[in-house]
Amino acid sequence: MNLTVNGNPIQIDPKPAEMLVDLLRERLGLTGTKVGCNESECGACTVLVNKEPVLACTFPAAKAHGKDVWTVEGLAKLYAERKGQSSDESTISEVAKLHPLQQAFILYGAVQCGFCIPGQLMTSFALLEKNPDPSEADIRYALKDTLCRCAGYPTILRAIQAAAVAMKTGEEVVPPDVLESQSPMDVIGRLHARPDSVEKVNGAAIYTDDLHFPGMLEARAKRAGVPHAILKRLDVSRARALNGVVVVLTAEDIPGEHYHGLVTKDWPTMVGVGERVRYIGDSVAIVAAETKEIAAAALDLIEAEYEIHPVISNPVDALKPETELLHANGNLLKHIKVRKGDIEAGFEQSDVVLEHTFQTAFIDHAFLEPECSVARLTPDGRMEVYVGSQIPYSDRHEVARALGWPEDRVRVVGQLMGGGFGGKEDIMGQIHAALLAHATKRPVKLLFDRHESLLVHPKRHATQIRIKMGARNDGTLVAVQTELFGDTGAYASLGEKVLTRSTTHSTGPYEMPHVKADCYAMYTNNPPAGAFRGFGVTQSAFAIETMMDMLAEHLNLDRVELRRKNALKVGSITNTGQHLNESVGLLECIDKVIAEVDRITPATAETRFNSRPVPGAEHLRRAWGLAVSFKNTGLGGGANDKSGAEVELYADGTLEVRTSSAELGQGLVTVLQLIVAQEFNLPTSRVRVLVMDTDLTPDGGPTTASRQTYVTGNAALNAARTLRQAMANTIAEKFDVDPAKVKFVEGLAVVENQRIPLGEVAGMIRAENREPRALYEYLAPATSPLGTGGNMHFAYSFAAQAAEVEVNTLSGEVRVVRVIAANDVGKALNPLGLQGQVEGGVVMGLGNALTEHFIVEEGKVFTDRLARYRIPSIVQSPEITSFVVEHPTAEGPYGAKGVGEIVSIPTTPAITNAIYNAVGVRFDHLPVDQEEIVKNLRLPIFEPH
Amino acid sequence: MPIWNNYHLAVSLQDALSVLERASGPALCVAGGTDLLLDLQQGRHEPVDTLVDVTSLPEATAIEIRGSELFVGACVPLSKVVKSELVLNHAQALVEAAGLIGGPQVRNTATLGGNVAHALPAADGTIALVALAAEVEIASYIEGVVQIRRIPILDLFIGPGRSALKPRSELLTGFYLKLHKPGDGSGHKRIMRPQGVAIAILNMSVWLNRQRDVIQNIQIALGPAGPTPLRARKTEEFLTGREPLPEVLKQAQAILLAESQFRTSPHRATAEYRKHMAGVLLAETVKSAWDRA
Repeated sequence: MNLTVNGNPIQIDPKPAEMLVDLLRERLGLTGTKVGCNESECGACTVLVNKEPVLACTFPAAKAHGKDVWTVEGLAKLYAERKGQSSDESTISEVAKLHPLQQAFILYGAVQCGFCIPGQLMTSFALLEKNPDPSEADIRYALKDTLCRCAGYPTILRAIQAAAVAMKTGEEVVPPDVLESQSPMDVIGRLHARPDSVEKVNGAAIYTDDLHFPGMLEARAKRAGVPHAILKRLDVSRARALNGVVVVLTAEDIPGEHYHGLVTKDWPTMVGVGERVRYIGDSVAIVAAETKEIAAAALDLIEAEYEIHPVISNPVDALKPETELLHANGNLLKHIKVRKGDIEAGFEQSDVVLEHTFQTAFIDHAFLEPECSVARLTPDGRMEVYVGSQIPYSDRHEVARALGWPEDRVRVVGQLMGGGFGGKEDIMGQIHAALLAHATKRPVKLLFDRHESLLVHPKRHATQIRIKMGARNDGTLVAVQTELFGDTGAYASLGEKVLTRSTTHSTGPYEMPHVKADCYAMYTNNPPAGAFRGFGVTQSAFAIETMMDMLAEHLNLDRVELRRKNALKVGSITNTGQHLNESVGLLECIDKVIAEVDRITPATAETRFNSRPVPGAEHLRRAWGLAVSFKNTGLGGGANDKSGAEVELYADGTLEVRTSSAELGQGLVTVLQLIVAQEFNLPTSRVRVLVMDTDLTPDGGPTTASRQTYVTGNAALNAARTLRQAMANTIAEKFDVDPAKVKFVEGLAVVENQRIPLGEVAGMIRAENREPRALYEYLAPATSPLGTGGNMHFAYSFAAQAAEVEVNTLSGEVRVVRVIAANDVGKALNPLGLQGQVEGGVVMGLGNALTEHFIVEEGKVFTDRLARYRIPSIVQSPEITSFVVEHPTAEGPYGAKGVGEIVSIPTTPAITNAIYNAVGVRFDHLPVDQEEIVKNLRLPIFEPH
Repeated sequence: MPIWNNYHLAVSLQDALSVLERASGPALCVAGGTDLLLDLQQGRHEPVDTLVDVTSLPEATAIEIRGSELFVGACVPLSKVVKSELVLNHAQALVEAAGLIGGPQVRNTATLGGNVAHALPAADGTIALVALAAEVEIASYIEGVVQIRRIPILDLFIGPGRSALKPRSELLTGFYLKLHKPGDGSGHKRIMRPQGVAIAILNMSVWLNRQRDVIQNIQIALGPAGPTPLRARKTEEFLTGREPLPEVLKQAQAILLAESQFRTSPHRATAEYRKHMAGVLLAETVKSAWDRA
């Protein structure tokens, strides 16, 4: 058949069952087009066929005969040709070569993990071709099914509008209006584009599935498919005999350790005969074959027989004495306790005691890039694993253990990640790919499809949370008792840590003298639960913030004043006994949010949260809801929280900062670049960032717990300062001056009247037989284990959010109109990235409240396709106003603390509280169900106080 | 085994039907394929030998006035139906319904014929066409000759997911709709939930002819309210000759509930909610058509 691709005529014959995306990616090498779901849901694979955007994952290649196909790789060319330029002109910069849409996406911070961006760009390009002046509604309509899990929807919207203006006027794209830090420095606190943004908009960015090595095999894992059983018999002989299958491995073939796990080594790499299957995603065999199709066919030839056991489907049942034990240590992974004061005395001293139980569901990360690992043996007998991982050194440790090798024989080469959100901390395909590469001596790729990703990887914990709250009539909290059951599923993953955070945060960002919190982290036969942005606090914040509104109503108090009265402040003592000495910006967050609420809908304290009919549409009711939260920065609890970073000066005057810490879209690479540029007073373009390679970068620890800006930020800061000092010393020696007189200005070292290019300083250091680089291992301030009463964490971030919802009283449908967020992040180092985190966090919180529900029934996953698990689209994305509150923490880099999680935590209770305020229906379980709203509607008799 | 071996881009009805008939193994016709290809990929449909692509058939890709009727080709991409001035002028409910199917990218390949041929009881395009009392044009292949016939759309549906089309010898080629006349108006509405599969909990289309303050004639379709798309004839009969005032609509709702069969779909909707929403949609959809008439 004949077609043109990006303007180039191509003659190629389609293969049986070949989709256009396979033709583009695998045979034409155009890997800019991504596959996020392979089921027509996510829009990542959008390309243009005869100018119309279509989904290449379900567009038969044969159908492209005679058609004109454009992919993201051709977008810049398309524009340049139209303007009569050549896109290859070397005289113009990389950015200037781009289409205005691509430029605007970069400038506006719409690019985060980058995985959805090719689809976003092609969809919006097609829109602008037909409608050069689209309204916001036009953009939302056109991009409805082009999903972004970083949820940069507001920035995508603004970027498209800015590009439209630039295309009409022919002028440069107008930069966005984003507030800088209140105290910006030369580089820090100002707007900068991401260092990886050009490659993420032109299709050049390489994610793991875009890698190809000669002779590479394709791998698949055979999943048990039963939630609880003993594997009685396994026969892989028919699979081994299939033409094109190179190897089939079972548990017997694992040369080293059989179990892995981030905290507890309880997760079998494969379940062996006679061993226990604990969830449907357990693997029993792995296959490497010449093609994906053969590998998939081989799975069907594997015969496994199971002795089926009763399914333990919830954590409450798991704790019952009669329940079968899933692990040698029982079903109780951990009983977590928080104690302060005397809870019974506290309830006796209270004027009112309220009690309520809340339920939250499993939630899937639904990062748009499914898991992928590529492993290959090097000629010198080492194993290289290419993977998008949040903890590269942990992957190295686990792969080496499974192979029975020393760790330094394994190299993990981290790849760009299409989102993580906590869901790429555990081992998924890394060990399997390495075992297969070891057995076959050929490179092996193991790519999950969306179905497998949904079934197998750990989720956000489903919880049951009971709160008993005692208060005085004036609203002063006296005693709070909480009891949590957390469903950590089949394996521990980070369950103990996550549920510890749920428990310590279960009394909210408030001070009260008496606390008793108990959490039972339970094993069940559900998919494992582990880290997920918010790390357990998302769940407990929903419970406690709903409870606070219930208390306000019960006592007829203003919910704002109730929160202000009890809020943690400098000088407060937390429920774990920590004295807060600095950086508690909660009150300012509340005040900023409430001031904005009153600016938008002028009201008094008495009327601010009232239900308001929408003029002209009496069946619609609107109201505001409020929630506040806090979230620790860093591992805490006595863990050694350390990170290494190295900074090196090159002969061309550029610097490189290196750490294994992970970039999953959140923007760590920007933060590190800004820190080093700031310390050397350099333009950011002179600083490169290398992350996630266990051979080339020092261990930055896990990318979790909102810790990297603080911990690795400090490592990079100190490495930069150490190198700067070494440079100053060398220069001072040479010019015989005090090192303090050496200044670094605009890429030059300045001493007296001399101006020395930095590249020359590198040579001067080398001449002294030293290397112009500095490695710094940063160790965060010590913390104390839970129960010992000291500092559980070295910093906390705080937030308040108000959500305005509109509820349709006829259908129960809920629309979030706007969200106002204020976050105390210490200091805004990277305001453009921070905005992306805030907006994305709000939309993810909205999903947790309204659209997402990962359904497991008797251990079986109902939501096993993206079609059944809906994440928010641009259509649901509300108007978001973000206020940045900067109460610096002394030890943080320039005062910064964590950002990634706090931004998402208050959104759910802000929305559910708003629903109650609008129509009187109180949600104590998630997600919000519109049927229940209709059923329980308390209108028109409902009158909020 | 690949999910298909041969993908044939048919250039005419004769070509499509002859290849369908002659293909040695299992063969299917495919239009946009936005459902069928997923069924094949996800193992809900057995692999086939041949897929016959009908999206380029000149006989099934026109939107035009033919005599006193509007012809909408079965293989026109939905995005073209949505943007068609002709369809807007003569069958506004169909424009609204087609605009709700899938997302923008899907509508660039999905077709109205595919939406109808799946014979689902609540497909948006189907429900609009039923309310518009469309006639379906079917091409049959009989002894090497293409023959064309027309049937009322409701005759196409045998059961949920089952149509009367013979898969190896018949194709849906288009829909005939009456042209707009003074007093005509139509509208389509549906109710969704934000979680789970993007299938309507309930949808409804209404076509009516208004003479001053009364409904002269009305056609109401809804789904899922039974195994096949439902024409609410008793409700229509009641509303004919009346003004759609709130109390009239209230009575009509009761009749609608009596002639519909609503069921509970796990994780989507209860029968009770569907009943409630049927009343809400009836009022809203009749109003929308009435205001346009």
